[in-house]
Amino acid sequence: MSNRATNILVPLISVILGLLVGAIIMLVSGYNPIRGYTALWNGIFGDLYTIGETLRQITPYLLAGLAVAFAFRSGLFNIGVEGQLIVGWFAAAYVGVAVELPKIIHLPLAILAAAVAGALWGFVPGLLKAKFRVHEVIVTIMMNYIALHVTNALIKTVSGGGDRTELIFTSASLRSEFLQNLTEFSRLHYGILLALVMVGVMWLILEKTTLGFELKAVGFNQNASEYAGMNVNKNIILAMVISGAFAGMAGAMEALGTFEYVSSKGGFTGIGFDGIAVALLGMNTPIGVIFGATLFGSLKYGALNMPNEAQIPMEIVEIVIAVIIFFVASGYVIRLFLLRAANKKKEVK
Amino acid sequence: MTFLEVLYFIVPSAIFYAAPLILVAIGGVFSERSGVVNIGLEGLMVIGAFTGILFNLFYADTFGGATPWLALIAAMVAALLLSLLHAVASISFRADQVVSGVAINLLAIALALYLVKKIFGKGQTDFITERFARYSVPVLSDIPFIGDLFFKSIYNTSFFAIAVAILAWFVIYKTPFGLRLRAVGEHPMAADTMGINVTRMRYIAVMISGALAGIGGAIYAQTISNDFGHATINGQGFMALAAMIFGKWHPLGAMGAALFFGLAQSLSIAGSSIPYIQNIPSVFLLILPYVLTILALAGFIGKANAPKAIGKPYIKGER
Repeated sequence: MSNRATNILVPLISVILGLLVGAIIMLVSGYNPIRGYTALWNGIFGDLYTIGETLRQITPYLLAGLAVAFAFRSGLFNIGVEGQLIVGWFAAAYVGVAVELPKIIHLPLAILAAAVAGALWGFVPGLLKAKFRVHEVIVTIMMNYIALHVTNALIKTVSGGGDRTELIFTSASLRSEFLQNLTEFSRLHYGILLALVMVGVMWLILEKTTLGFELKAVGFNQNASEYAGMNVNKNIILAMVISGAFAGMAGAMEALGTFEYVSSKGGFTGIGFDGIAVALLGMNTPIGVIFGATLFGSLKYGALNMPNEAQIPMEIVEIVIAVIIFFVASGYVIRLFLLRAANKKKEVK
Repeated sequence: MTFLEVLYFIVPSAIFYAAPLILVAIGGVFSERSGVVNIGLEGLMVIGAFTGILFNLFYADTFGGATPWLALIAAMVAALLLSLLHAVASISFRADQVVSGVAINLLAIALALYLVKKIFGKGQTDFITERFARYSVPVLSDIPFIGDLFFKSIYNTSFFAIAVAILAWFVIYKTPFGLRLRAVGEHPMAADTMGINVTRMRYIAVMISGALAGIGGAIYAQTISNDFGHATINGQGFMALAAMIFGKWHPLGAMGAALFFGLAQSLSIAGSSIPYIQNIPSVFLLILPYVLTILALAGFIGKANAPKAIGKPYIKGER
């Protein structure tokens, strides 16, 4: 079996196994899995409104998935997407509230602010990795909590002691009457187009630029890159900064499209962590991220319908997602299994 | 408030908050010293807290005052089983240990909430009735100053946590088992050559970390929150992870760091009623543990060196 085929089969088998485990759990705990998955399906594709909302949910997942995947390609594990997303969310909302400008300046400025904030949050672990060889996983986890507490404090200051900011000026909004009319007034916004453009940007950077070549080289083998005359430290920092910028833009989607404000949070949004699942399932390629984000975004939004229609707690979908991650991560075993199956076939012939 | 009153208020409260952190951080020390990264501490704590509360609610009538302690055992077993999943994935299936840990975290909170909604029909459990009792140690609490500081109306669980930390130090540094554990985490191939079963050692270490994280979660739930909901644990496991690193992968260091983070936590909650501290915005106290951990890792507060073989699956015959 070709390498390419296994690369596609492993995620596919993982998803099927994940859904199977979900069905078994529903069965064991006394629910009807067929009703459950029907409710999930209807929650995703039920009518134009749910389709619009599903697409809306996919938008930040695309960017969060890109952020994780981009860092992965350079050999870095960015668990900090969650924190970078939160600071991006705040920065975009702040720019949206603080000034009123013509749309053509205001909207790009707000998105840029989010990207810069996210990039800054990615720069710290990148710098520490480059200068002190500190493992980025721990630093990014710590940065997540710092982001959470700092933005909560900033929201309190900006709103004069409140829990959320004002609504942003319409000049900074990504909302689109056209898309809303198309989908029975869902909150679908232009962000989905921007996210898809960013998928293209990531592909361009990785495949068509010297920078992308160097980043991938560093991801494969740092020593070889060093000997080839590449500046490994610079590439590590750059990879984290670009990854953080993607994550910050995911936050901008929530700030400028979905909610049009930022409120203080008791815990994480979860989008950043799900971004890890998106990237893994998509094998860290831009195209793969589209599939991963579509799957997990749909599952996540469709789950909201499960308690209504089938009286099943929506957490079942989170369980399915976690199990899928397990199987993708344990791809070694699935590969081994596929290899044996393929060999057996050969012997029979 | 006089300075002494402040001290009598802060120190017991810091120890109170630190107890679960100490146990979970020690769990982390075991796992990481054997070479297995355990980001899943948070999830293991969640399962521990959930199981502890569930056991307490169902069996409070049967076991009375002993319930919280028995709940710890139930929580230990539940978290140990979940940690096996992490062990299988990261040791036998050669999964990326960080990814597997992330999956554990997602799975634990989802599974716990799913079951809470299934059993209680709402987002959080009822409040428990049987809690750990506070009590004053006889004789010792009569010592002036020290008695008021450490031995008056304190939880048994705090002593338990400190005892576990000291025991862990003894096991890791003074027994053959501990030597093997550290060897496996530093240089698994050398350890393997000397006849140590690397896979077995790592399985045991991850299971110990699961057991301790489960107990820590149950203690947190039965002393601090008294019920279980989606925000019960909310980052305590990552705080413990930070304590383990700030303590430089050493049991006693981890304990010290956990005590310090407990202090920061109690100050961020109670600080508004304490002179001097009330002038510091609480956000600084909230982010203090995380900032300190980053600084420690960067080498500004002494160098924190991770075990050499951490994060890498051991594959026999590979150089």
